[in-house]
Amino acid sequence: MNNFSYTRATDITSAVNEASREATAKFIAGGTNLIDLMKENVARPTRLIDINRVPLNRIEETKDGGLRLGALVTNADTAYNDQVEKRYPLLSRAILSGASAQLRNMATDGGNLLQRTRCYYFYDVATPCNKREPGTGCSAIEGFNRMHAVLGTSDQCIAVHPSDMCVALAALEAVVRVTGKNGDRAIPFSDFHRLPGDTPQIDTNLEADEIITSIDLPPKGFADHHAYLKVRDRHSYAFALVSVAAALEMDGNKIKGTRLALGGVAHKPWRSKEAEELLNGKAANSDNFQAVAETVMHGAKGFGHNTFKIDLAKRAIVRALKHAAQMEAPR
Amino acid sequence: MAAGAIMRVEQNTQANTQTVSLPSSTKITLTINGVRRELQVEPWTTLLDLLRLNLDLTGTKKGCDHGQCGACTVLVDGKRINSCMTLAIMKDGSEVMTIEGLAQNGALHPLQQAFIEHDAFQCGYCTPGQICSAIGLMREGHATTADEIRESMSGNICRCGAYPNILAAIQQAMAHRRNVDRVAGERSVNPIANERSVNP
Repeated sequence: MNNFSYTRATDITSAVNEASREATAKFIAGGTNLIDLMKENVARPTRLIDINRVPLNRIEETKDGGLRLGALVTNADTAYNDQVEKRYPLLSRAILSGASAQLRNMATDGGNLLQRTRCYYFYDVATPCNKREPGTGCSAIEGFNRMHAVLGTSDQCIAVHPSDMCVALAALEAVVRVTGKNGDRAIPFSDFHRLPGDTPQIDTNLEADEIITSIDLPPKGFADHHAYLKVRDRHSYAFALVSVAAALEMDGNKIKGTRLALGGVAHKPWRSKEAEELLNGKAANSDNFQAVAETVMHGAKGFGHNTFKIDLAKRAIVRALKHAAQMEAPR
Repeated sequence: MAAGAIMRVEQNTQANTQTVSLPSSTKITLTINGVRRELQVEPWTTLLDLLRLNLDLTGTKKGCDHGQCGACTVLVDGKRINSCMTLAIMKDGSEVMTIEGLAQNGALHPLQQAFIEHDAFQCGYCTPGQICSAIGLMREGHATTADEIRESMSGNICRCGAYPNILAAIQQAMAHRRNVDRVAGERSVNPIANERSVNP
């Protein structure tokens, strides 16, 4: 780890000011990803701005009947929050399927959004990586790419976003509230993370001087019909090969609304509105769910080691939708 | 990271402190196993290195140093965390409990006793982290069944594979606590235990 200066911010304004003064400064909250990246020399900030004392650690109801998750609420406190468990169980399930109990006690909700890919080459400073060092090339495209993306890739980068929480937030259509030098912004969740394109070094649309203040959940929580299915190499404490957040609005066996988001397959939580709309007014059954899966994965491209993800994702989508529709029980 | 060599305990005289070049070190206060300590730390010193290298509290182990193995698990303000993924300076003002702080008046903590009775280790390297993690688990109160306990302990790896015995030890300690109002010692060391800890 490189040496660095340390500053403590106690309010949003001073945090933003500190960040805008020094381009190579970074905010630190839980630190579960940043400190790891610093130990590997992937991140080398000149200054850490500790925001743990900024009062953004509450969960409260919003005026529109939704729920506001303060950026500094821990993942554990979010997953076990009474309101989240009751109204947004999809989010609770997704959070609890990620990391370990210790890490969830440390990691914050804002930090979860900003965690970086776990691509082996991104972490290995001895190898080329366009995300770590733009212009050096991508080692994963022709290397070991079992964990990598099959949707939305570019010839610059095939990394995946590693979060489970974000997959649920994408399905719930959360809004990310941020504050920076130019004031406040509300970013729809689907616009928060980016595809790699020609700038894989930029993960999100957050500006350098901006700080996430909260993640707002809309009133609709899909508590009656939801599922988070995570397929991984180990039963616990492993990143997703494929994960699916499915949420349905149903009238009897008829589907009135569908939300579907995938993790482990792209540089951001993956949604296909086109596929979701296929189910409007349709019955919950295997054939209809299969059609959705085919549409979501249309155009998916494997890179050898990860090609299995295409079929795996289709089966996971069908199963998650069946769980959500309560056609079969999750195991 | 040569954190250990440069950090200094604040008991030093002013003169002594000034002989060491500490351009960016900061004074912090931590209550470690019930003892309040003023410490001079550099920003890049992890809590794990502070405990082991500077305070000789070597019960907390360094395994992977990347938050993956759980050997470094300690309780900060009553919650289990990976001390390797935490900068000491971030925890200024906090209460830290390590494996060294569990036994009270010469009596082992019920979890420590249960680990012995169930032979819940072979090499023992992961054990302090396992025990601190299990204390956190019991305080959280979310895991009760065997499957839930296994899931909740997945952040602690035992390469000797003593998992069945670790599970049995935790179940014994949980049963023990159901039989007493409070586990002696745990509370006195950490008054910030959350309410769930009383009623798992």
